[in-house]
Amino acid sequence: MTAVRWAIATAALLGLLLAAPAAASERHPTLGELEHEVMCPTCHQLLELSHAPVADRIRTFINARIAAGDTKSEIKHRLVSEFGEAVLASPPAHGFSLLAWAIPLFGLGGSGVVIGALAWGWTRSGRRSPGHAGASSDRPLDPELARRLDRELARFDR
Amino acid sequence: MSVGQGDDGHRPGRPWRRGSAHLLLQGLALGAVVLLLVLLGMRLASNGSGRGLDEALAAGRTAAAPDFSLPRLNGEGSLRLRSLRGKILVLNFWASWCTSCKQEARLLETVAKAYRADGVVVVGIDAQDFRSDARRFIDRYGLTYPIVHDSGDSTLSRYDVTGFPETWFVDRAGHVVGEHVKGPLTRAQLTRNVERAIR
Repeated sequence: MTAVRWAIATAALLGLLLAAPAAASERHPTLGELEHEVMCPTCHQLLELSHAPVADRIRTFINARIAAGDTKSEIKHRLVSEFGEAVLASPPAHGFSLLAWAIPLFGLGGSGVVIGALAWGWTRSGRRSPGHAGASSDRPLDPELARRLDRELARFDR
Repeated sequence: MSVGQGDDGHRPGRPWRRGSAHLLLQGLALGAVVLLLVLLGMRLASNGSGRGLDEALAAGRTAAAPDFSLPRLNGEGSLRLRSLRGKILVLNFWASWCTSCKQEARLLETVAKAYRADGVVVVGIDAQDFRSDARRFIDRYGLTYPIVHDSGDSTLSRYDVTGFPETWFVDRAGHVVGEHVKGPLTRAQLTRNVERAIR
């Protein structure tokens, strides 16, 4: 029980530690941050890697919006209205792109269920046949195998 | 061992249940893969592809110009391509940051005015661009022909546009005709394709 409490407390602390910078980044974004989250619409690379004319124009736009006090979400929303959702490096969590978020979560959840079910099954079969695991060690050796084993061990005694 | 139990001490129905559980899991996995493939196919179909247009032109076949409805930049509301059926269309894909687009802008305006009486309409499709920049471009070059803004890439993919500028020609029946010009238009290319569409 103590371990569970420790885990919850650690998770809450981590959540607080991560939430503070995320909130600051949302309210006061930098060009560098947005360059990681926005794509160049012509060359389909991250903005930070692109030297296309439109990429330079997007950088100028982002700087102007930061100076105007826009949040990160507002800047991204403006860019999406101009260039479409393909301008975002991460797929939006709606429509067809929702699959990109949902499939890994379903995969993780499904894997957890399957592993849990298998573990449960193994545990139950273990309970049903006690001593089964030790059966092989209790079984008498085949006489031929016993003789061979004795011969092999005798070689080490010489 | 009591009657009705297997060698491992389990009930005889258990292997069957385990087998059916495996079958169910396999079915679910297969179903998920099929669903993803169907969704991918739907996505690709909705985006379409213009490769058919280039292939049709190369083979001398006719192909319908993909329809679109996009907001106008130098006018109110939207422009639907189908509403221009019966006209000869010059579909010019451009962006304000494209240097070659600046070179051909005045030529397009001149041709749009010169052939207006013959039912020729130049339609500019601005894409991968800020609307404010596009409007400044329109004002700077005094463009009066209808210009629309594509905020996604759907029109580009359907017309197989891979760069700017690119131009397609459409006849009165709504079929792509002539050349798919990739790069800045020359006066000779423009008039040759327009004249061919008029005939």
